[in-house]
Amino acid sequence: MIHISYLSDLLPGEAAFIYSISACPLRERLYDLGFTASGRVECVAKAPLGGPCAYLIRGAVIALRREDARFVKVQRIPASSGGKHYVSS
Amino acid sequence: MALAGNPNVGKSSLFNRLTGLNQHTGNWTGKTVETAIGSCEREGLTFIDLPGTYSLRARSAEEEAASDFIKNGSADIIVAVCDACNLERGLTLVLQILELTPRVIVCVNMFDEAKRRGIALNLSALSDILGVPVVATSADNGTGLKKLCEVIRSNAAKHVQSHESPMRYPPEFESELKRLSKYGFSRGDVTNAVLESLPDQYCATILSRPIIVAEAIANEVVCGNVGYSNNDRRLDKIITHRFWSVPLMLLMLAGIFWLTIVGSNYPSTVLESLFSYTEAWLYELCDFLPNFIRDPLILGVLHTLFSVISVMLPPMAIFFPLFTLAEDFGLLGRIAFNLDGAFKRSGACGKQALTMCMSLGCTAVGAIGCRIIDSPRERKLAALTASFMPCNGKFPMLIAISALLVGKRLSPVVLTAFIMLSVIATLAVSKLLSMTVLKGEASSFALELPPYRRPQFLRVIVHSLIERTLHVLSRAVLASAPAGLIIWVLSNTFYHDAPLLAHLLVILEPLGRLIGLDGVILCAFLLGFPANELVLPLILSGYSMLGISADWSALTCVNLLIFTLFHFPCATTIMTIKRESGLKIALGSIAIPTVLGIILCLLSRVLFSFM
Repeated sequence: MIHISYLSDLLPGEAAFIYSISACPLRERLYDLGFTASGRVECVAKAPLGGPCAYLIRGAVIALRREDARFVKVQRIPASSGGKHYVSS
Repeated sequence: MALAGNPNVGKSSLFNRLTGLNQHTGNWTGKTVETAIGSCEREGLTFIDLPGTYSLRARSAEEEAASDFIKNGSADIIVAVCDACNLERGLTLVLQILELTPRVIVCVNMFDEAKRRGIALNLSALSDILGVPVVATSADNGTGLKKLCEVIRSNAAKHVQSHESPMRYPPEFESELKRLSKYGFSRGDVTNAVLESLPDQYCATILSRPIIVAEAIANEVVCGNVGYSNNDRRLDKIITHRFWSVPLMLLMLAGIFWLTIVGSNYPSTVLESLFSYTEAWLYELCDFLPNFIRDPLILGVLHTLFSVISVMLPPMAIFFPLFTLAEDFGLLGRIAFNLDGAFKRSGACGKQALTMCMSLGCTAVGAIGCRIIDSPRERKLAALTASFMPCNGKFPMLIAISALLVGKRLSPVVLTAFIMLSVIATLAVSKLLSMTVLKGEASSFALELPPYRRPQFLRVIVHSLIERTLHVLSRAVLASAPAGLIIWVLSNTFYHDAPLLAHLLVILEPLGRLIGLDGVILCAFLLGFPANELVLPLILSGYSMLGISADWSALTCVNLLIFTLFHFPCATTIMTIKRESGLKIALGSIAIPTVLGIILCLLSRVLFSFM
């Protein structure tokens, strides 16, 4: 049973594999920036004052607002296991 | 030859090196907002610097300009620039470009930075895989440029016919592409055309193909820790901290202010004495001229010019290099990141924090900087509130008056407090405008935080000193020269036994008193319209000319500080805003701060009456 969360739920330090991106105005932009299915993403920082979160994806750090990050479905990587999880496509 | 690539990979730096021109560079995405053309004389090549784009399916205006240019094939050769520290990201665009045209040369830039981080790249393997030449460069050092030009020249001559694309789509799609390519369409054209009509599932597969292939290529070719390093991580932990980020930013800002103020004291004094000596000498020299020409020329125009330069040049010569160092280091993206939350709630964009930072140097520069904001509505918000932040022209006044009010020791505190007032006013007015005149949805915000880069101190300081300072100075000079003339004329043209200036003051005195100031101050602000630096000298000369002493209360000082921050922008800024955003916004940029200033002055007057 795959437990799906949203990118906006990740806290700094937590990593996940991207499952899918729902239809939204930012979707193509997200693809361009490297947010593709089965890509590994890690939340590296959360801005103060309810601001955006910074995500490490494919070696680059991209800041996204909460409202936009909510469109990205992810599968969390538990902190304890260093192993890989496979996303069925 | 078109320089294409992701934002912030060094295209503009490369362009500057090759052509000797001066595109503005800095370590944050979105710096280049227009295409620029220049030619490299030595090699006989013409280069076009395109704005950065993440993919050819662009969204913002500059990205569209870049991708259209690439698609319509007007360039002989496309130089696809990548960041050596993160090749995978750059390859996505390279692969897309290769689908459109085989006339591509890949330039792997910032090679020195990659070496420093211990990243090794197998460029010959990359060249084999992609099927095009690959050249390593370092625009900052200037290495690899000659080789790049050589390769460009030899390839421009060659006629490249067919080219095996390194990308492979699913078999059904591939066969379609092969079929249609017989009609002369490039693979990229077909893919783009067909993408609209494909069902969602296939769309995702097609769109993510370049990314997956880029990843595979990078895995083969790159060795080492890519992109976000541990040092970057550590720095970001501090700079974007939940609690400490805002105080830290204020501290850094205060630090830059402090250095600017302290550092410009001595040079300003030196320049002042130098100029007064020169002025007297020139006055003697021009003895042969009749007085009615000599006086306005030297005592009017030249005198004003000199006083503006001596007041404006030292602070800007210190502020701009410091700011550019912070910029090149990579701090500005983090500032926008930290402040976006507050701006979002005001209906604006976090990038407005960046334009505000630019306004600290010169509001006109901040107005141009509004281009980095994608949404037109948010760009207008930024332009309208750009003058709320004190520019270098307002600083001398703010420093002097706050010292008058609370003494020298506490004046930095007062200064910081007033800066915070500016920021709060910017947010509040943005919110008000978003709810009324400039209604609209908050746009989505996706900003790349680039890796921190070690700025090249000497190059930055020299470059910044010469280019930016002189550029802004020349604009100010063009405005203050006619102002000096007008002021001289007003003081020396008599009507009914009094100079015109005195008559003007009669009208302005009641108006000034109403808002807690006086006629001389108001007159100084009006006459100081060309440049904010003129205001303080004009106040002083106004009192001395009329032979009255300044009768100032605490209220006058406070209101003077308020009005300095919130009044109509200088002529240069208004002209810039008009050019960037149109007449309506320019008029708004005059009205809004003035009205706010008057309201706040009246408010303070009311508050003082209770004490």
